[in-house]
Amino acid sequence: MVQKLTQWTETASQTAGPYVHIGCIPTFAGIEGVYPEDLGLSPISIAAKGQVITITGSLFDGTGWAIRDAMIESWQADGAGLYAGQVGADPNVSGFCRFAADKDTGEFILKTIKPGPVKNRDGKMMAPHISLWIVARGINIGLSTRVYFDDEDNSADPLLVRIEQGPRVDSLIAKKTAAWQYRFDIRLQGQGETVFLDL
Amino acid sequence: MSDHSSLMPRRREVHPEPYWTDYKTSLTRSPNLPLLSMESTVSEETGPRFGHNLLGSLDNNLILNYSQGKELAIGERIRVHGCVLDETGRGVPHTLVEIWQANAGGRYRHVKDTYFAPLDPNFGGCGRTITDENGFYEFMTIRPGAYPWPNRANDWRPMHIHFSIFGHAFGQRLISQMYFQGDPLIDLCPIAATVRDRSQLDALVAPLDIQQSRGMDYLAYKFDIVLRGRRQTMFENKPEGM
Repeated sequence: MVQKLTQWTETASQTAGPYVHIGCIPTFAGIEGVYPEDLGLSPISIAAKGQVITITGSLFDGTGWAIRDAMIESWQADGAGLYAGQVGADPNVSGFCRFAADKDTGEFILKTIKPGPVKNRDGKMMAPHISLWIVARGINIGLSTRVYFDDEDNSADPLLVRIEQGPRVDSLIAKKTAAWQYRFDIRLQGQGETVFLDL
Repeated sequence: MSDHSSLMPRRREVHPEPYWTDYKTSLTRSPNLPLLSMESTVSEETGPRFGHNLLGSLDNNLILNYSQGKELAIGERIRVHGCVLDETGRGVPHTLVEIWQANAGGRYRHVKDTYFAPLDPNFGGCGRTITDENGFYEFMTIRPGAYPWPNRANDWRPMHIHFSIFGHAFGQRLISQMYFQGDPLIDLCPIAATVRDRSQLDALVAPLDIQQSRGMDYLAYKFDIVLRGRRQTMFENKPEGM
């Protein structure tokens, strides 16, 4: 016999369902007045340091259809690469945002500042990126991915270099479409499938 | 230690199957390719924090929060309480817990819910709270109704409350559902069935907690939630050899 390991097991995920908006962004569901405003309306306030950018995209299912009922959360560092709560982080960057696919077109928009490169625990630098967490009906456990930028040097990023198939790296890189505007489409399944993460 | 060490890897086998034939929508929304696994980074080990000043006084009372305290929602009055823990068994203090649910007739207040059970003019269906210093939380609400949904021709969701929990790290983020002890629809539900480990499904079913119930007022249900933990070590905060 050996000593007993006492450990708990993480609660099983369940799908957020089609009505996730009620709980997370109630005004999207048509519910007003319970809270003063939805949580995570913007990851920045006006005085945030850095370049304001807009990321637009859609989430496509395995048939190529842009899904209309997803909710996405984003989490990012400030313009200098520091996360809220870290010493010296920009007090005008909460770093957290919630947004939904449009219920008619499926398109989402994230307006934020471009994050700086982030130093990891081991001292290695990660290229500028925004973490995304995607939930919806039919997604039984939230999907994690990252948005990198095609006008940054991503060549030494410790996560991107782990992706064996070179062309799949592109699924994590937002494409510049105009000054300070980017396109980032997410493919849940099939051709061009986005790299989803287990970190 | 504490907030600056890596997260324990997620044990995917205790979670639902992403692709589950009987849950039709999952068939086109689950990745075909394997996830990219690696040790968590600072991007997953940090996360948004919310202070108690976020909360209004009725935020955790779904019986009253839609009418802003003027009228009571219709339904069987219940109190849902429990603890948010992590895999090391420690309470997760000061973390946001959000819930949403159907009304007593099984209807959601959402622009896309067209089920003909009526809306309750005094029930919105959302609530939130923040755990105390020990990880404890509680809500007052009404027991949600079961309802039919478009999947197979005669599928019904068991009574359930959706839970969203943050923890202290973005990599701990979790959304799940709480079911009610004794509901025969749980074993017929293709969404509940996505969880293949029976003990894990059982852990989503809140027992009636009669001792915490209040006579002539409400029944209590207890629902504890476990989030991913962190490795507890001082070793990994320095590069090897430094």
